[in-house]
Amino acid sequence: MQPDNKPAVQFGQDVAVSENVQQFITFTLGEEEYGIDIMVVREIKGWTETTMIPNAPPHVRGVINLRGIIVPIFDLRARFGTGVTVPTNMHVVIIVAAGTRTVGLLVDTVSDIISVDPKEIRDVPDMGMPTEDQFLEGLVAIQDRMVTLVSLSGLFGMPTESIKRTAAVAA
Amino acid sequence: MPVTSDSEAYPVAQFRKTYFEECAELMDALQSNLELLANGQEDDETLHAIFRSVHSVKGGAGAFGCTDLVAFSHTFESLLDALRDHKIPATHEIKQLLLRASDALADIVNAARLEQQLPPNFAADISAAMRDTLQGAGQSADVSSAPATADAKTLTEQTYRIRFRPHTEMLRKANEPLLLIRQLGKLGSLRTEVDSSSLPPLDSLDPEAAYLNWTFTLDTAVPRSAIQDVFEFVEDDCDLEIESSEPARLPAETATSDATGASDTSGTVAATVAAVGAAQSIRVDVDKVDRLVNLVGELVISQAMLTEQGLGLPADKYPELIQGIEALAQSARELQESVMAIRAQPVKSVFARMPRIVRELAATLGKEVRIVTSGEMTEIDKTVIEQLNDPLTHMIRNALDHGIESPVERIAAGKVRQGTIHLSAAQRSGRIVIEVSDDGRGINKEKILAKAKARGLVPAGANLTDDEINELIFLPAFSTAEVVSNISGRGVGMDVVKRNVQALGGRISVRSRFGQGSAFTLSLPLTLAVVDGMVVSVGRETFIIPLVAIVENLRPQTADIHPVVGRGHVLALRGEYLPLVYLHRLFSISDAIGDPCRGIVIIVQSESAGRVGIVVDELLGQQQVVVKSLEANYEPVDGISGATILGNGRVALILDVARLHEIDVRGTAMRLPPPDAPTPTEKDMTHAA
Repeated sequence: MQPDNKPAVQFGQDVAVSENVQQFITFTLGEEEYGIDIMVVREIKGWTETTMIPNAPPHVRGVINLRGIIVPIFDLRARFGTGVTVPTNMHVVIIVAAGTRTVGLLVDTVSDIISVDPKEIRDVPDMGMPTEDQFLEGLVAIQDRMVTLVSLSGLFGMPTESIKRTAAVAA
Repeated sequence: MPVTSDSEAYPVAQFRKTYFEECAELMDALQSNLELLANGQEDDETLHAIFRSVHSVKGGAGAFGCTDLVAFSHTFESLLDALRDHKIPATHEIKQLLLRASDALADIVNAARLEQQLPPNFAADISAAMRDTLQGAGQSADVSSAPATADAKTLTEQTYRIRFRPHTEMLRKANEPLLLIRQLGKLGSLRTEVDSSSLPPLDSLDPEAAYLNWTFTLDTAVPRSAIQDVFEFVEDDCDLEIESSEPARLPAETATSDATGASDTSGTVAATVAAVGAAQSIRVDVDKVDRLVNLVGELVISQAMLTEQGLGLPADKYPELIQGIEALAQSARELQESVMAIRAQPVKSVFARMPRIVRELAATLGKEVRIVTSGEMTEIDKTVIEQLNDPLTHMIRNALDHGIESPVERIAAGKVRQGTIHLSAAQRSGRIVIEVSDDGRGINKEKILAKAKARGLVPAGANLTDDEINELIFLPAFSTAEVVSNISGRGVGMDVVKRNVQALGGRISVRSRFGQGSAFTLSLPLTLAVVDGMVVSVGRETFIIPLVAIVENLRPQTADIHPVVGRGHVLALRGEYLPLVYLHRLFSISDAIGDPCRGIVIIVQSESAGRVGIVVDELLGQQQVVVKSLEANYEPVDGISGATILGNGRVALILDVARLHEIDVRGTAMRLPPPDAPTPTEKDMTHAA
């Protein structure tokens, strides 16, 4: 990619100025900061107890009642393979629209809204990681911080155990 | 004359959609009335109803340029017109022709709806047959020249006084009085008086409102119904009175005026409505009703939550509050029932499709079969109706293919040539019971048993009861048809039916007598949206067990629990051994009691797994719960049929008891996440932005 002189992020700038600017909501998992496209975010709420789903993979924290609809909560830390979150009242669930579904992402905190010129998004360097890391969309530098952009389709475009089970049952 | 401009506000596509929705209903009505006719109900009312359906289908078709549809329905209509005027006798052949024509019409309507091209000369043979019939009776295939043929009719001229008062809204609904008046003028000699007394001054005149009233005097030989037909599309938007100067002649009309009991009001709007048989109903988008059902579901949950809170309050301190909560509970329950009733539909909509299936299949198989339906007005929730079509079609096909014999065989067996399939529906103790029975050859138990043994489905020396043998036909990959046809015989029949029915919380069973016929009985819940459930706890988790599945609850003695090597435990209960399913093990729940002698065993019954004991910690109570989908935002979970929201706002999962035992038997195989191994089968979520 060509280096550019413009700063990647322009705080306080009116988004409408540029058609190309994409906005992300950033959140933290431990020390790391991640960003998710603001257009898929429906709401942000505090952690509430979930109802477990039997024999679900560890990153599925169960389901909650979101005003009458049943919404599954995914533990992003577990999904990223960096341990399991022990949720407290301080933890946050980001409700997102993933395709036709509504799901919740359990994260530590929500920190910011950033505006990014797509040109500033850097590819994730190939770290020799397994293919499942396709949920990382790119990296973006904000002043002295680095934000990892997360792709929803990468996150959910993969199997979870119960689907395979159901397939096995149907077979 | 104010001309409506509103037609432009509605896109043609919207009209088109409405038209085809109406067509579907008209075709259903046509089909069921033709069935009545075929079964010997040849009164004028039925013939008129049949004519009206075809007439209305044709009426809209022209507007959307469906020329095939217009042409075919026109011929069809002409034949029906001759029939209702008794110029053609309703013979068996004619009735068969009408049935074939209605099937063809359904295809043409469908093709028009999907904007597909039909093969050239589609149904040309039927059109030709209809024209031949008409010519045989000396009729031209032209009804639109009704006045011209009027002198051929036996009716003499009469004078009608027609008072026509459009409602203010009529013009806004794209109805043009001038067209109606012209149409009326074609029926005979017409004198028109207009009453403009209610016309407001110009400054307060609403150009889109209707202010004028008319009185027409019409000398004509056409029957009153022809005049009513002119006003058919504005019937609900005007006050219409049709009075004849002479007593009405047609028997049906005499009956109508008798019914109203007052000679001078004969033929008023009320009578018209009764004669047309139009129910007082409105057309509502299903989505709107679904939203209503969901909202009421929310309301009931909130109400349950309030009730729970209210129980904790001292009743003497807050009497009004407690009373209010009780009243709310009452209203919420009634509201829920009423809303669910809106969504309930008669099973007729599904039943009405079956005669055609029978007709076509019987023709293919060279069999003679009639279908008799009863109880088609039994109402069940839309959620169930939608799921009913496939299993029912399967069962009917099965009865035709395997049950009913060929005419030759039937005569040899001393039966009448024509086989009969009975399709009935009834409501019994909170469930709907649908039965498909035939008078065919019945299930050949020896053959079934021999085949099951040959396939190793039954051990060679096993001694099975008749019922057990009958049950074998529900096993996967079991079909006894010697020749694999395109109708059945691929062994994907009854096991699929059974699985689908069970997925709906239903049961299916079969009774059969060799040589005399079989009867398949389907029992389904009235709705899939609400379930009566037992609330149970395991560790900190709460589950719902559908009440219909529960046989009994008990706390066994230690002596009654026996280990079976490699199979877990069984419970000895009155001489029977039931497998035990430990929910906490199955679902990996910690902090559960786990010991059936300290917890509770719930005995459940399901078709596939028989009787099984489910071990839980505690019974929390019995409750009606609103079923929510887990798949909508997640994915199907084995052993779980859905979710619900409890009074405390928490989600509880509803157990699929039929699956639990099977999952348990297959044991640890599924308890394992090798996490995140990618497969390409995952759906939906890849659409995310």
